[in-house]
Amino acid sequence: MDHLLILPLILPLLGGLLMLLPPLSKSRVRQRNFALGLASAMILISILLVVEARPGEIIVYHLGNWAPPFGIALVGDRLSTLLVLLTSVLAFCSLLYTFGPSEEEGSFFQPLMQFQLLGINGAFLTGDIFNLFVFFEVLLIASYGLLMFGGGKRRTRAGLHYVILNLAGSAVFLFALGILYGTLGTLNIADMARQVQLVDPADLPLVKAGGLMLLIVFGLKAAILPLQFWLPAAYSAAAPAVAALFAIMTKVGIYAILRVFTVVFGDSAGDLSGLAGPWLWWLSLLTLTIGGIGVLAAKDMRRLVAHLIIISVGTLLAGIGLEREAATSAALYYLIHTTLVSAGLFLLADLIGRQRGKAGDRLIAARPMHQGKWLSILYLIGALAVIGMPPLSGFVGKALLMKSALAVSEMQWFWPVLLISSLVALIKLSRAGSNLFWHITGEKPVVTPVDRAQLTAVILLLSTPVLMSLFGGPLTELTDATAQQLHDVPGQIGGVLRTSLAEGSN
Amino acid sequence: MTLMWIPLLPLLGAVIAALTAHWGRTRCAWATAALPALALALILSLIPQLSETGSIKSTISWIPALGLNLSFRFDGLALLFSVLILGIGLLVILYARYYLSEKDSMGRFYAYLMLFMTAMLGIVLSGNLLQLWLFWELTSISSYLLISFWWHKPEARRGARLALTVTGAGGLALLAGILLLGRIAASFDLDVILQSGDLIREHRWYPAALLLILAGVFTKSAQFPFHSWLPHAMAAPTPVSAYLHSATMVKAGIFLLARLYPALAGTELWFIVVSSTGLITLLVGAYFANLKHDLKGLLAYSTISHLGLITLLFGLGTKLAAVAAVFHIINHATFKASLFMAAGIIDHECGSRDMRRINGLWKYMPYTAALAMIAASAMAGVPLLNGFLSKEMFFAETLEQEFLGSLSWMIPVLATLAGVFSVAYSVRFIHDVFFNGEPINLPKTPHEPPRYMKVPVEILVGLCLLVGILPNIVVGPLLNIASSAVLGGELPDYSLAIWHGFNLPLLMSLVAMAGGLFVYFHRAHLFRFQKQFPEWNASESFEMAMRRVQDAAGKLLDWLENGSLQRYLLLMLMLLILMLWPALTELTHLTGKRAHLPVDIPSLVAGGLLVVAGLGTVIYNRQRLIALLMLSVVGLVVSLAFARFSAPDLALTQLAVEVVTIILLMLALFFLPQKTPKESSPRRILRDICIAGLIGGIIGTICYALMTRELHSISDFFLANSKTGGGGTNVVNVILVDFRGFDTLGEITVLGIAALGIYNLLAGLRLFMPSGDSEGRQWALDRHPMILAVISQSLLPLALLVSVFIFLRGHNLPGGGFIAGLVTAVALILQYMAHGVDWMKTRLDIAYHRMIACGVLISALTGVASWLFQRPFLTSWFDHFHWPLVGEFELASAMVFDLGVYITVVGATLLILANLGQMTTSERPVTKEQD
Repeated sequence: MDHLLILPLILPLLGGLLMLLPPLSKSRVRQRNFALGLASAMILISILLVVEARPGEIIVYHLGNWAPPFGIALVGDRLSTLLVLLTSVLAFCSLLYTFGPSEEEGSFFQPLMQFQLLGINGAFLTGDIFNLFVFFEVLLIASYGLLMFGGGKRRTRAGLHYVILNLAGSAVFLFALGILYGTLGTLNIADMARQVQLVDPADLPLVKAGGLMLLIVFGLKAAILPLQFWLPAAYSAAAPAVAALFAIMTKVGIYAILRVFTVVFGDSAGDLSGLAGPWLWWLSLLTLTIGGIGVLAAKDMRRLVAHLIIISVGTLLAGIGLEREAATSAALYYLIHTTLVSAGLFLLADLIGRQRGKAGDRLIAARPMHQGKWLSILYLIGALAVIGMPPLSGFVGKALLMKSALAVSEMQWFWPVLLISSLVALIKLSRAGSNLFWHITGEKPVVTPVDRAQLTAVILLLSTPVLMSLFGGPLTELTDATAQQLHDVPGQIGGVLRTSLAEGSN
Repeated sequence: MTLMWIPLLPLLGAVIAALTAHWGRTRCAWATAALPALALALILSLIPQLSETGSIKSTISWIPALGLNLSFRFDGLALLFSVLILGIGLLVILYARYYLSEKDSMGRFYAYLMLFMTAMLGIVLSGNLLQLWLFWELTSISSYLLISFWWHKPEARRGARLALTVTGAGGLALLAGILLLGRIAASFDLDVILQSGDLIREHRWYPAALLLILAGVFTKSAQFPFHSWLPHAMAAPTPVSAYLHSATMVKAGIFLLARLYPALAGTELWFIVVSSTGLITLLVGAYFANLKHDLKGLLAYSTISHLGLITLLFGLGTKLAAVAAVFHIINHATFKASLFMAAGIIDHECGSRDMRRINGLWKYMPYTAALAMIAASAMAGVPLLNGFLSKEMFFAETLEQEFLGSLSWMIPVLATLAGVFSVAYSVRFIHDVFFNGEPINLPKTPHEPPRYMKVPVEILVGLCLLVGILPNIVVGPLLNIASSAVLGGELPDYSLAIWHGFNLPLLMSLVAMAGGLFVYFHRAHLFRFQKQFPEWNASESFEMAMRRVQDAAGKLLDWLENGSLQRYLLLMLMLLILMLWPALTELTHLTGKRAHLPVDIPSLVAGGLLVVAGLGTVIYNRQRLIALLMLSVVGLVVSLAFARFSAPDLALTQLAVEVVTIILLMLALFFLPQKTPKESSPRRILRDICIAGLIGGIIGTICYALMTRELHSISDFFLANSKTGGGGTNVVNVILVDFRGFDTLGEITVLGIAALGIYNLLAGLRLFMPSGDSEGRQWALDRHPMILAVISQSLLPLALLVSVFIFLRGHNLPGGGFIAGLVTAVALILQYMAHGVDWMKTRLDIAYHRMIACGVLISALTGVASWLFQRPFLTSWFDHFHWPLVGEFELASAMVFDLGVYITVVGATLLILANLGQMTTSERPVTKEQD
């Protein structure tokens, strides 16, 4: 019996619980070391999973030994394992950052980080839509707990908005599940894809309503316009390591959209195929626009990065809205890039803020930085990557996405909006960089060297755009294969339900 | 493979420059220069091979999905540009060694310069258009670093930003153009594209692709109206200007024009756009160059003007014009680089660049003056210098075109006018600076520069002379091979002779000379005329515009993202309505085929109660206690409904949850004002009623539609397998702990995390503690009434017994760990309420957060235990045993799992309630208690 697929859930769960109990709960240092050890193990496990899923056979894990569609199944295909690997890498860097000085002390911090990872990995790996709801709850409540660390009015307010909006979203999620269960009679995503082809045509509008409600829930998580307003306040208020980890949170929503609307409401869904496409397309173009406005308006670096995340969400969802394999592959490449780079920029904003005294990361003149040279090199790399300037991965991702828009009607909207958002990012980041590094007052720099562990975390994250570009060939091959597997709906159904389908035919 | 080394060597040079910076300035310069010198040698060594094959190519696969390969292609045009880039680059390295002061970081400067050189070489050697774009953007980035080299100066920062914005915007347009071109030709490979000229020109996307590419070209080459960044880039150190604005950065656009000439040129659109842009730029640049008092400003506008000239030549579309353009590229690079360097020397030695102050330098630096005067004459197009030759060819070509029909004569006339201005500013450069009286108020006394600072100028001026006198020998072969690469093979007949006899072009030259002198000596009129226009500074205007855009964006964002939760929720609900409305209008049959249940009196009464209580909650929402009571009625009716529809488990759970929730809310209400202030305007209330009504109506419709339809679902499987597979007859419980035990594990984790989160939130909280209600009445002084204390204590064992009972029977009858946990928790809460936190603490000192951890851990480990039996996580096991006295009973792993649930529920509930309760007891004001 191969239990590898469930380890990304069991490890953070047990790890988090053990950290709440003595002897680990007694010392922050022990908690930290333990957490980093777990994160390293997670990277190893997820690499093994990616390798195992690479040939194309979907790994299915029957929880409680109940075969789907009756029991809950974990599904390890190329997409989910890839995203678990991404999460592991991100988690490792975020946790490494907590080794440095930070205000988020408290014995629950590390356990909550683990529970957050449990939620994220669970959302990626589960093949069951109700189980997805459960993991959405896990990550919502853990992220809420993490968001509140450090206290303060701004955090409390941002956290409250975040949690209430998401609880309303959970209610909509439950409605949607009720509707879909009432019409399709199943909760397994692959089985839903099968049932949606068999549903009575007269009942299709109900299925459609359920599907669109799911789109709202996932859209809220992904932060698509008009559901994105909570994000800048929440992300910029969060502690740096938390904000960095949150870079994957919008991607959970995007993943859910990709999974549900490609598999269940994909090519084989008859009248319901392409259910999300038009909505995603127009809303994501508007999201790109509002992200651009936010970027221009940002007055400190963390808000700037938060709005850059909104731009990236718009970019990704526009790609997914195209609903074709090449676009999905491009979006996946861009997703990996944007997650790691935005996380790196959040952490970098904290490092920069620490060296600028009272001014922090606000875009105003301040004392020169003690290690301005190194930080400015990191800033340059991050900025180039996030704008989409060559030779880093942002360029590859954006060019792939632009290339995947085929029809004139697609190009005439997507290209200008995407390119102008890049230009806006270019203008703002060059201004911000010149404000942060060059616009200095006469005061002496504060001699507080950057913490080694924290610097390593930032360097690790910001080296990814370089590596992703260098190894763009193999990586795009991987995303191509991933997109191909995802869009192969019969293959998904057959792969996940192979046990019960085999029994049924016997 | 040799080809790849050419751009790679300067890149290594960047690293070496950074590493050798501490060796001292001269050594650093030598070490840095070694690598481009090697690259130049490589280039020269490739020439024999080039003349045999026409072009050399080497490709490595990089990102095939994007059509992006590392592909380097070496032909005549690439040769010309590489020689310019590397040759002038080497001279600039030497020059910069003496130009930069001790304070400037030499290593940083050379590193940026080498990076820029790599980018330029990358552009000219690219065999793949996407790769070309990659290097194109790299030039923007590295030029940003170079222009802002003196970043402490605001004008350097602004100039760099302006340049980056303009060229960056153009670069993005170029990307779009290249992607279009790549789609038309089905490849980004340069060879393929150059061979698909006809296909491209006839494609319906040709105009779009052409205009986008030209946007990139024109911004990079500072063509009107995108020229304004170039003069502000003069804030850079002069070696940078000498490099960027003679042979490189601005020539990148021209290069692309030449590179794609076979693929794009030859249409009317090309002619109109390219030649008119070139002509306007030529005139505008030449005119404004006369008005600048800054030496570098003059050179900047003259550069713009010459770039316009080259663009115009490419726009004319004849083969000879293309040859003339290539020739002028070479000539402009040599004389402009030497002029910038001379200007740098003057600036360096005088401390000023203002031509109204630096006069009569002939006396102070005759040698430099002689060099600068030769270069300036070349710029003016004086015979026996290289500028004369290409200018003659230019004039001749303007006479040859007939695109404008009867208005075609205008082009040569305007070209001559531009020639007049060009002579005028060249004369000004010579006369103002080196003669025209004595220097005025200079910070330093000028003198000749260090010996080696003059060497690069000498070499370049020597080339101007050599090309001017012996064009066929010196530049003929290079021009041939480069032009044939631009034209795709066939070369027109042309002669590089100095003397063509008396003809129209010569006359135009003579008119330009005479006119130029005239304009120069009457320049005061020109200045006076220009004074009538308001002064306009592109960099400042850009800065102001950016500020305004930022402010506007800020205001717009503040208005949209106003931090109002109500608004964000409203948007979500509106989207919900917007999405569901069309879907539901498609549903033609609302009522399904399922038979309705008969309506009975109790159901009607309960339903009525539910409606009334629901409405009551809304109506009394500002009186919080009443609203809460109403809400609890809703909860009770829901539990009754569960009971009515045969779901006793759910009813029990709902009831227990209801009790705990209401207690929690009562505790929370204690800290809040008892009444909500009236906040909503009538309009807003109306709006909210509409939204709520719509949402309610939509959800109600869906529920009705669903409930009246037959359900075919996987539920049947659970009913059939509950006993045989899960070992329990209570299907709900078996689903919870077995079929979908994993969900339960997730949910108790959620519960635990929520408790931890709340504990964390409360830990640092200091709340205002009211001593009475809103009407001034004191809270009861008797905090722990005797009756409550006695009854609760006697109830405790009973309640615990009940919870054990509920727990144990759970697998087969209504009950289970969750309900049992809630019952236990309620019983313990009652103790807290009756006796206070302190009393409880002495008797029951449990760290509840550890209890939660243990609970979840027990459940999780039950799941892990299945691994020992080679089963997946959470696989259940059960068996029936027979003990004497006890009789037959069942043991199941699910019970251990359920125990975990039980412990978690107790721990989480108590952690929240006890901590909230603690705040009310420990911090309550006690002053009044003595009364």
